[in-house]
Amino acid sequence: MTSNQIKRPLGLQLLVYGFVLFWLILAAFPFLWTMWGSFKVELDFFSKGDWTNVFSGVRTQVVYGKSFTGAGYEGAWIQEEFWRAFFNTAIVCVSTVLISLTLATLGGYALSRSGFRYSFWLLIIALVFRALPPITLVSGYLQPFYDWNVWGTLPTTIIVLVAINQPFTLWMLHSFFQTIPKELDESAKVDGCTQFQAFRHVIIPVMWPGVITAGLFSFLLAYNDFAVTAILLSQENQTMVPKIASFMGTTQTEGNIMFAVAAVVSAIVPLFILVMFFQRQLVSGLTAGAVKG
Amino acid sequence: MKHKTFFWFFLPTALAMFLFIALPLTSIVSQSLHTPHDQVLIVVESCDPFGCKSETTIDHQASQKINEEKPQGKWVGFQIYTDRNHLAFKEVGEFWESKTSFIDFVSSLNDLPFYRAMGFTLTYTFVVTPLVILFGFIIAIAVNSLHRHLKGFMVFFSLLPMIVTPLVGSLILFWMIDARGIIGSGLQELFADPTLSLKASTGLTWITLIVYGVWHSAPFAFIVFYAGLQTVPQETIEAAMIDGATRFQQTIHVIVPHLSPLVAFVALIQLMDNFRVFEPIVGFSASAHATSLSWIIWNDIGQEIRLLSSAATTSVLTIIGVIILLMPVLIRTWREFNPEK
Repeated sequence: MTSNQIKRPLGLQLLVYGFVLFWLILAAFPFLWTMWGSFKVELDFFSKGDWTNVFSGVRTQVVYGKSFTGAGYEGAWIQEEFWRAFFNTAIVCVSTVLISLTLATLGGYALSRSGFRYSFWLLIIALVFRALPPITLVSGYLQPFYDWNVWGTLPTTIIVLVAINQPFTLWMLHSFFQTIPKELDESAKVDGCTQFQAFRHVIIPVMWPGVITAGLFSFLLAYNDFAVTAILLSQENQTMVPKIASFMGTTQTEGNIMFAVAAVVSAIVPLFILVMFFQRQLVSGLTAGAVKG
Repeated sequence: MKHKTFFWFFLPTALAMFLFIALPLTSIVSQSLHTPHDQVLIVVESCDPFGCKSETTIDHQASQKINEEKPQGKWVGFQIYTDRNHLAFKEVGEFWESKTSFIDFVSSLNDLPFYRAMGFTLTYTFVVTPLVILFGFIIAIAVNSLHRHLKGFMVFFSLLPMIVTPLVGSLILFWMIDARGIIGSGLQELFADPTLSLKASTGLTWITLIVYGVWHSAPFAFIVFYAGLQTVPQETIEAAMIDGATRFQQTIHVIVPHLSPLVAFVALIQLMDNFRVFEPIVGFSASAHATSLSWIIWNDIGQEIRLLSSAATTSVLTIIGVIILLMPVLIRTWREFNPEK
């Protein structure tokens, strides 16, 4: 880049570093602060008098005799049964990802290999569906789900999340399959394979990078969803995000706000790990649609 | 690919989208045109030694019968659309008649829930989207000039605000801006005003939500522009440099035009996502000062008696809004695929 070719003036250099530092603090500090604070008592985390209390943990020391405490986590995970929500989230996310990918891989592959006009229209319909806020659909689900007596269960929610994920996953995999040369499966067909055999023996072995990226995004969609899970799941089947929202009401009045803080940090940690291991795929997924224009 | 093969490949995903997106769509349109049946009331005359009294009770059998005959409810046409909680034709008409000035008219619309939500949703969408593009672009330019090892580190931390669940992200900021939290008490000290609270006034709440929106979405714009910067043609930059273009001129005349297709992409995604703003309002407990279209749907469904018809009506209106917002893109795509002969 230009930066390596000519030295930039010192003032500009300082400005760039200053801005990067500013953004770094903006992006990272809230998370690190809350993670650190979740091991303190409420009066340290929310200390009006002296904000350095969070670092020294004065009040925490008074209550527990040491400057860190796992009391918030104990309260959230055991007393408020956050572990249940954690397992529900795991079930919902894994199932949603597996089913979404299976459906969208087949569909996205078909769209990328069909030159007919209807495949264009199907993509446009998927784009419109992608633009609909999920919550606008929710009132349409409730009455039938009550009637069939399937409201509140995990499988119902999983199917709904799969369907809501489809348009996005379909677009992503469609543009990924377009980057795989058509000659690959056509030559297999010339050798006598059916379309499905060509898909199975030629495409499946080379599709994993795209599928993993699409899987990450459908995982995030399922993990981060609030509107659908909060309305379609009953109390005991709640996943983490609606559970945190219901903490807001109950714990704030009981003075157990640190339970909510601990639960929030617990919900962030898996995402941290995800970004750490899959940073490259996430970046390539975000830009996949853009490159196509 | 043959039509038949295509059909079988596409069937599973089509079925999922048809059953859980297309059908619910028709169902909300139908819901928005019906209300639940009124209970059938009967007057029972009961006589005892002290005289006769007539009592009104609910005829459960008859009520149930009507519900079974017409499970969709009572047909009301567009009545729900025009009532006070939605488009409020009557109230808007009255406000227009009695207005003293245009500003007065707009501020009186603020009393109607639908227009209030619409006002915030549109403000949010059209303020956050350009700010995200601008901010993302500046971050991308700045990070791109760093050393190679620092870049990866910056990308990792920059992804966090976007990846983290919106509700969780907004809760974290909410606790920090609390009067006892680090930012909240810091601001109080900065302005030497111990009563300052970001939650107390409508203006400050809107600013808080917009700042949250930019914080949450800027990483997306950053990543897209950053990827675009890797493909800027070096020859053009060198040519511009030889022609004596300053650093700023290079950015404006070479880099910005190169990234402009990406700007359109980011703007499209951001318009769609910002129009559905919802979680931050719950996370910041901001509903007293700011409501969005998604939030009023949620509020109707979350009532003790679920107001499905009302929620469905707002949903239909929201979807119309999304389609209007999407129109330019749809027309553009249509033109691209149907080049004039």
